[in-house]
Amino acid sequence: MKLRLSTLILSTVLVTAPLVSHAHRAWIMPGATVLSAEKPWVTFDAAISNDIFHADHAAFRLEGLSVQAPDGAQVDLQNASVGKYRSTFDLELDAQGTYKVYTASSGLRARWVDSEGKRQSWPARGQNADSSEFTTSVPQDAKDLNVSYSSRRIETFVTAGTPSTEVFKATNEGLELVPVTHPNDLYAGETAQFTLLIDGQPAVGAEVIVLAGGMRYRNAQDEITAVSDKAGKFSITWPAAGMYWLNTSYSDSKAKAPATERQGSYTATFEVLPQ
Amino acid sequence: MKKTLSTLLGASALLVAPVLALTSFSSNGASFEVQVELPTMDVAEYHAPYVAMWLQSSDKTVTNLALWYDKDMRNDEGQQWLKDIRQWWRRSGRSLSLPADGITGATRKAGSHKIDFAPLKAELAKLPAGDYEFFIEVVREVGGREIISIPFSLPVTSTQNFNEKGSSELAQVSLTVTP
Repeated sequence: MKLRLSTLILSTVLVTAPLVSHAHRAWIMPGATVLSAEKPWVTFDAAISNDIFHADHAAFRLEGLSVQAPDGAQVDLQNASVGKYRSTFDLELDAQGTYKVYTASSGLRARWVDSEGKRQSWPARGQNADSSEFTTSVPQDAKDLNVSYSSRRIETFVTAGTPSTEVFKATNEGLELVPVTHPNDLYAGETAQFTLLIDGQPAVGAEVIVLAGGMRYRNAQDEITAVSDKAGKFSITWPAAGMYWLNTSYSDSKAKAPATERQGSYTATFEVLPQ
Repeated sequence: MKKTLSTLLGASALLVAPVLALTSFSSNGASFEVQVELPTMDVAEYHAPYVAMWLQSSDKTVTNLALWYDKDMRNDEGQQWLKDIRQWWRRSGRSLSLPADGITGATRKAGSHKIDFAPLKAELAKLPAGDYEFFIEVVREVGGREIISIPFSLPVTSTQNFNEKGSSELAQVSLTVTP
């Protein structure tokens, strides 16, 4: 069998490309999502990993993490700790109802090719853009200049007692998920419905993937996929009880200047209980 | 949202009032008795199970009959595990304020237990005619969970006896509905 090195390299690149693009998934995972008692405690893990819910890459930065109580008030994290591969924290659920644990960010992004043919981007990786620096940091006449406005949201929900819906109120900024079926009322074999919004309007045609945890113990990703309809709605039928990771992204050209592209990514963790 | 059991029963009584007027059923008059046998477990660590019993109408309206849990623990710590009576928690428990009058009791160990629902007699006698399911859900710390349902209809004209065998956390349950 004779193969040229370049062929080998090319096929390797092709084979690994999907893996690379799906890698490094961020998640916030509650120890439990449905809780009883007056003021129950919940513990959380948060990480960025390759295998869903197996902390194997990087800890989740907790600075940008917020918690919204059923009445809309912000709640402090307790016992927060950042480890090598994962962060942990606890919450005491003082009020009865549904809490949202989330991180949301948005801002301008630019990519271009400089005069030496090198790819450049702004802001630097991991940094938040300061819009006022756009004209000075990005050469406006650069080759292949692409300016986008990107939003990113990662969240999960937990409920003490009766599920409530106040925390589902959309901010109308970026890509958001508004549950139709309550995310702390999910059961194996049942179908849950959700609505995706981009800046408060239905996000149409967004591809959604859902992965069950425990990937290390099976040989395939076993993705569940869905596409949001004209109203931004999509449904997921849960095949079995367990923890699930949901991810979707959306983009269109309805961006505010100076951006020409509008992008959003959304990630959530849901627990599905047995019947 | 906090509701006491009496409020819940009161609300369902209000809701059914027009139906009662239409069907001229002022009362089905039925009384209920349940015999539950919790199996003896050959295990190193045995805790008496948490148990919920309830009636569910065809529109999923729930009438609670019994809730056995560690109700006397310090700081109501026993309530932390009520969510593990999963089906009951979803159908009713999560919107109930505890301890609920007339249904709450201490856990019971392996053996046969007879319950006549005396404190609920008047309320149960007023249940509207229709199809129902009796549910019993049992969940044991460091053990398993089992749920059994028995369908029946109201009113009954003669004494009805239903027996179901369990397979793990329940040995046997029998329901008697008397007109």
